[in-house]
Amino acid sequence: MAINRRQFLRGAIGAVTTTAAVAAPVAGAAPFDRREPKTLPPKAVGMLYDSTQCIGCKACVAACKEANGMPVEQPQRLANWNEGTWDTAEDISGKTLNVIRVYQNGAMTRKDREIDGYAFVKRHCLHCVDPSCISVCPVSAMQKDPVTGIVTHNPDACIGCRYCVYGCPFNVPQYQFDEPLGRIAKCQFCNHLQKQGKIPACCDVCPTGASLFGLVEDLQKEADQRMTLKPGDLYEFPRGKLGGDRPGQVAPVGEYQPHIYGETESGGTQVRYLTGVPHEKLGLPKLPDHSFAAVSEGMQHTLYKGMIAPLALLGGLVVLARRSAKSDEKREKDEERPS
Amino acid sequence: MTAISHQPLGGKVVTKPFLILGFFLLIAAYFIVRRFLFGMGDVSNMSNGYPIGTWVVLDVVIGTAFGCGGFAMALLVYIFNRRVYHPLMRPALLGGVFGYTLAGLAVMIDLGRYWNAFNLLLPWYAQPNSVILEVGLCVMAYITVLWLEFWPAFLERMPSEFKQRYGLNRLQAFLKRYMYVLVAVGVLLPTMHQSSLGSVLLIMGSKLSPLWYTIWLPLLYLISALAMGYGVVMLEATLVNRAFKTPSEATLFARLARVVAGLLTGYLLLRWGDLAYRSDLGLAFAGDWDGNLFLIETALFLAPLFVLVSHRRTSQRWQFLAAVSLLAGGSLYRLDSYLMAVRPGNGWTYFPSAPELMITIGVVCLEIMLYLLFIKTLPVLHGAHQAQP
Repeated sequence: MAINRRQFLRGAIGAVTTTAAVAAPVAGAAPFDRREPKTLPPKAVGMLYDSTQCIGCKACVAACKEANGMPVEQPQRLANWNEGTWDTAEDISGKTLNVIRVYQNGAMTRKDREIDGYAFVKRHCLHCVDPSCISVCPVSAMQKDPVTGIVTHNPDACIGCRYCVYGCPFNVPQYQFDEPLGRIAKCQFCNHLQKQGKIPACCDVCPTGASLFGLVEDLQKEADQRMTLKPGDLYEFPRGKLGGDRPGQVAPVGEYQPHIYGETESGGTQVRYLTGVPHEKLGLPKLPDHSFAAVSEGMQHTLYKGMIAPLALLGGLVVLARRSAKSDEKREKDEERPS
Repeated sequence: MTAISHQPLGGKVVTKPFLILGFFLLIAAYFIVRRFLFGMGDVSNMSNGYPIGTWVVLDVVIGTAFGCGGFAMALLVYIFNRRVYHPLMRPALLGGVFGYTLAGLAVMIDLGRYWNAFNLLLPWYAQPNSVILEVGLCVMAYITVLWLEFWPAFLERMPSEFKQRYGLNRLQAFLKRYMYVLVAVGVLLPTMHQSSLGSVLLIMGSKLSPLWYTIWLPLLYLISALAMGYGVVMLEATLVNRAFKTPSEATLFARLARVVAGLLTGYLLLRWGDLAYRSDLGLAFAGDWDGNLFLIETALFLAPLFVLVSHRRTSQRWQFLAAVSLLAGGSLYRLDSYLMAVRPGNGWTYFPSAPELMITIGVVCLEIMLYLLFIKTLPVLHGAHQAQP
């Protein structure tokens, strides 16, 4: 089995080439770039949710269920209490696309106050500008509308791998674990209603305008304006659709947190949150201003650009494996000759 | 590439251990039926906070790393032309065949919409940015390559008249002639998908502790998969050697020890160097759950490193212990980064249910049963020393 010097040298050269083929993209990846950030689609629609205007009536939850044909949900531990008649969804789930949650602290004496206060927050899809769910989906089941930017889900494509559930920074897509033929449930911003010229059910029924539908650009301006108002002053909050013909609701302006949530989070979203209580207390996670999809895709595009690195590696491997096979054949022949 | 002779081990297939494994398999089968009748929630504790459970993490992410024996040995034997290790090649390959094939089975149990699984292969559904698509296609291709690489073992066993009648001897010659292409592809594919199993986690961002979340995830996954591949070969060879009294490979492993020690050093340097570079070293010593898991991982990788560079590397007992520690470290790394260091927020927690674990255990039992069946009936193990009865 002795290897002579020449064989060794040839082997060493092959080995170095292969190692270089492996190491080059890796070394290149070290100061690797994130994929270019995505931009807001031209006619992006969205929602402005003003937590200080939300009264927690949950009309939006009921309207959402009706508009999307979702079943009533009753967690086991609340089943006795409500005699199984009411929908008591505690969070979004395979049966609930939209929910109002409540923040409670201490004596809960004042609304929208962090200490000894309470506040409402709405949970549903934020329709990211650069969505992780779309980036991870192997079969293009998640799609972002190029014009409106609505993120939709196609169950006929979906294989149920649940990486959209795993990767979503807001934990929005929900798989129906209790169904034998479960599917992914997520808010699609009442895409079907919008096609008929209607607005999403939750914004349509909201009595105070806490959930407001509109173009993202306009909603951003509205949110910016509310931030400039003096807390406690009266303001006419638009209802239903921003710029629509519905009369507004006059109410005192809330004491807002200094940041409009959803504007920059995870590379930006199409939903804006104005809240009185710090976002993280309401279950809105602190996120960088880039999408992790841009990190993941940046890596993939570096390693697999034009499949050059894998093909170069394959070439090196074929050469080395062939050389090794030939030397094997030669050895076999050498062994056969004396016998 | 059949310079050395492989022989079936022979002996009874249905032994007591085989029956015990079969018993576990039956329990798993019961729960698998329930999963398909009543949904995943009936048997598993997976939730929308932890939508990935033990089926994926233990059977696929860790299972395929255990299946990297074939990949690691092929790299050494065929690519770096280290023929001395050839006796270890075919058993390692067989471990890979089952490690990967049964990971594929586990995926089919885990897929929530399994009847659509074929969409993965339809180009008009493909989403090229998806790391999971790359992993899925690459693993499927590799399972095919593994079986093809293993085909010669079947062909050698067939009676020659049979092969003659169906033209299989020509297939055998063809496979032998072009095996090097298969070998090259069989090294490329695991390089791609084992690193991609790390890239999968790049989407997790702030959901994963910074002790695990780094852009070096793909390389760390690749190095540790290779190290685990060599670890599993050591483990298998020692177990088979002890159980069936075959010739010991301890001297071979003493040589292999240097390769493994190199990989472990590289892994630890990259892991700790990256943390230091990001000034996150403090997290490792925070004394909390994440920090301690990280330190346990490091200890499990350091222990085999010390054994393998010391004079103890020639002792079969120490080799075995080193391999166990190395495999535990690599498995914990995968378990932590996919599950235990993941924080979806909102109060979500996860611990697998008993039926869920039984399915995972059942898949592993099936793997061992098939391995035993194959080494007893097919020419897999190196039989040079026991050629004469």
